[in-house]
Amino acid sequence: MNGSREKLIEVNHLKKYFPTKKGMLHAVDDVSFFVYEGETLGLVGESGCGKSTLGRVMIRLLDATDGEVIYRGENILKYNKRQMKDLRKDVQIVFQDPYSSLNPRLSVSELIAEPLIVNNVYNGSKAERDARIRTLMDTVGLAQRLVHAYPHELDGGRRQRIGIARSLALDPDFIVLDEPVSALDVCIQAQILNLLNTLKKEKGFTYIFIAHNLSVVKHVSDRIAVMYLGKIVELSDYRTVFAGPLHPYTQALLSAIPIPKVDQQRDRIILEGDVPSPIEPPEGCRFAGRCRYRKDICSQKTPELREIEKGHFIACHFARNLSM
Amino acid sequence: MSQMKKRKMGNFGEIMRRLKKNRLAMFGLTIVVLLFITALFADFIAPYSYAKQHLSDAFQAPNSKYILGTDEFGRDIFSRIVYGSRISLQVGFIAVGLAVVVGGFLGAVSGFYGGKIDNLIMRAMDILLSIPQILLAIAIAASLGPGLFNLMIAVGISSIPSYARIVRSAVLSIRNQEFVEAAKAMGSSDFRIIMKHILPNSMAPIIVQATLGVAFAILTAAGLSFIGLGIQPPMPEWGAMLSGGRGYIRDYPYMTLFPGLAIMITILALNFLGDGLRDALDPKLKR
Amino acid sequence: MTEKKDFLLDIQNLTVHYETDSGVVHAVEGLNLQLGHGESLGFVGETGAGKTTTALAIMQLIPNPPGKILNGNIIFDGQNLNTLNEEEKRHIRGGKIAMIFQDPMTSLNPVIPVGEQIAEMIELHQNVTKDEAFKKAVQMLELVGIRPERAKDFPHQFSGGMRQRVVIAIALACDPTLLIADEPTTALDVTIQAQVLELMKELKKEFNTSMIMITHDLGVVAEICDKVAIMYAGSVVEYADTRVLYTNPLHPYTNGLFNSIPDLDEDEEELKVIQGLMPDPTNLPSGCTFHPRCPLAQPECSQKKPEMIEIEPGHFVACPVCCNAFVKKG
Repeated sequence: MNGSREKLIEVNHLKKYFPTKKGMLHAVDDVSFFVYEGETLGLVGESGCGKSTLGRVMIRLLDATDGEVIYRGENILKYNKRQMKDLRKDVQIVFQDPYSSLNPRLSVSELIAEPLIVNNVYNGSKAERDARIRTLMDTVGLAQRLVHAYPHELDGGRRQRIGIARSLALDPDFIVLDEPVSALDVCIQAQILNLLNTLKKEKGFTYIFIAHNLSVVKHVSDRIAVMYLGKIVELSDYRTVFAGPLHPYTQALLSAIPIPKVDQQRDRIILEGDVPSPIEPPEGCRFAGRCRYRKDICSQKTPELREIEKGHFIACHFARNLSM
Repeated sequence: MSQMKKRKMGNFGEIMRRLKKNRLAMFGLTIVVLLFITALFADFIAPYSYAKQHLSDAFQAPNSKYILGTDEFGRDIFSRIVYGSRISLQVGFIAVGLAVVVGGFLGAVSGFYGGKIDNLIMRAMDILLSIPQILLAIAIAASLGPGLFNLMIAVGISSIPSYARIVRSAVLSIRNQEFVEAAKAMGSSDFRIIMKHILPNSMAPIIVQATLGVAFAILTAAGLSFIGLGIQPPMPEWGAMLSGGRGYIRDYPYMTLFPGLAIMITILALNFLGDGLRDALDPKLKR
Repeated sequence: MTEKKDFLLDIQNLTVHYETDSGVVHAVEGLNLQLGHGESLGFVGETGAGKTTTALAIMQLIPNPPGKILNGNIIFDGQNLNTLNEEEKRHIRGGKIAMIFQDPMTSLNPVIPVGEQIAEMIELHQNVTKDEAFKKAVQMLELVGIRPERAKDFPHQFSGGMRQRVVIAIALACDPTLLIADEPTTALDVTIQAQVLELMKELKKEFNTSMIMITHDLGVVAEICDKVAIMYAGSVVEYADTRVLYTNPLHPYTNGLFNSIPDLDEDEEELKVIQGLMPDPTNLPSGCTFHPRCPLAQPECSQKKPEMIEIEPGHFVACPVCCNAFVKKG
């Protein structure tokens, strides 16, 4: 099933480092993976793992330090300004915070109109543009009467719908969703997740869904990549990641999720200590310090992300030997 | 019903509502509006021309013929104050306007691009700021020569650095907001991002500073005219009137009293208004 | 005032309003809640339900203006907290009732070392010298898993999880009878949350502190709470032992909450959502506040505010409709 699908995006050895006073911060550290057309790739990890940075570097909201991002066969990191402007129509992003991702001085229709105006769509005809805005509002479930409303009058869920409508305006193929429901209440979250699902089914989008909430990620993703301190430690389809994770970090992460059911409390793997600093990280496996299986080789040699069974990638020297 | 109206007016209506609650600010606003009306309709309000001399009626105390008395040349003080409002407002708003546009542009560029440009512009501003504003205005006015226009330029230039600073800091804080990233993600040009997204959201501190700045500009102009720079007689600038009446304070105090009061009330009103605007605009910023 | 000594905390008919520019916010309306000694109660609801307001009311910390406890009794250990004077209230805060807030970044004073912050709490409530207080503070740090050498460090030198441990240490320093924790792990990463929850479970066992845990996370409640109360728009809609509520949720809102969470074990295409939004607290719906969104709504629901019905021993629901359905089933 996987073999027949097209690869929409290929990321090769992508790096993003930030210079700080104490040294280089390795936010994204040599990450390689691909995304199939039409799938949802979930990107999970805790704070500081680099998932948000990775999402932004992939669509060039931030400039990469090194590496390639191949979109439909071309390395978009080498695009010039004009090519980038063209690309923006195909590649979009929805942000996490519905409170700061909308310009407070613009009304709903002005916010959704922005991408159309900036890219000269419907340039002559305001009527056509307005019609498109209304269609988009319908698509995301915003009532027509809100067309002149301002963000501060609306709740988080509605604001997020505006953000989604805005990202759909140019008919993209690929959307990066950066924690799109993390700031929302549980009931509104469910509404937005359903909406994202419906949109994907109808229009065939490819999503990268960045989140730290694992049950949400499982619900939406086809495949999941687990990140730790700038690197991908495990990547597989969602069933495998949840039922049979092989990387010790993934195992600990999954065991840490509080389950909303009684009689299902299981033994926790409690990780000692805190996440180490991403500034000038030492050689070797980033997780070695907190891993209960660590051996000497772990702090000496950085494990590569390798495909150990079909479609299941893992970055650990002892991958084959460990299981739940 | 009022919900719909509120939506159409956007944020403006809420700001006005908050402002209305502040009595001092409303007082200030009223005075400023009155000032505008006075300046606009000076020809109808003033009973006499500001330059017309009635030498036989000189040094008169306030009476029925000359409401606020006459000066040493027999000119009606009331009429001169009325026409003087035009000059004060012109100086205030044009000088501040110049400073806001030039300073704002420099601050926006500085804050948005950062790096070497930021450094260059801000150090230039620092040089200007190291000279007390009024001395700077005096120096510029003195080198440009007399005249209302030069007065406006002098005051304007001396005010540029403070607006550059304010706009720069506003731009810096907004630049990292996600909605600016969103604008980049849809392909907006830098120019559009600054003009449509960043600057409109930085208006609050600019408005407050500008209101207080008009007050300062009027005061500076008065000061410059007082020492003989800027306005030339017979223009009825309030500061110049103060200067002219200096020698006669003991015997004919009203020659300085009334122009002084005019300056004081105007500055006070602008300050109240500025403070009120700052409070009215602030809660919105918090959101 | 009837004093129920069997309950540690008995909230009777609590009503709290805030008077704001845009109207009167009915934050809490006719809330009833009981907590026994040594019990931990999960207080679940979404933003705006009134959970934090209730917690503040118990602590007598409702800002006045604009807030006011209009009605109701908060009986704690036999005393009605509403009737105490300010001095007595201060004595209870931190001493008998301690509170942990959500954001560990802002609940610690950034310019005072953590050891001193714990010691301050001890000095305020116990008659000890400065040195003794500091010694006890260091003990508390060790109790929450922080090395004693770090007592002189400042908050910014700790990570989020560690800071929250410090906050817990401060709260428990005077061995309070009741601990109110307002979303204590929401701001933390999942693995750190697990650490902190394990710590809280241990401490709960060791100190036998009663606890009210405010959260929106049903998973956390299942882990650490004996009882759970579901709150919606200012009042409790369902209340039971955790086991009972999780195996047999009755109130349509409770069911809605459970349905909104994607199941880790099953695959679901679509989540069963509750339509609409939380009501505007300045303009609550008549009768049952949930009726506009409720799939089981009947005409009576908009007319009469439902009472809490004890549908089975210890299981209370504020919904006559689902109670009838339940009775008919069984």
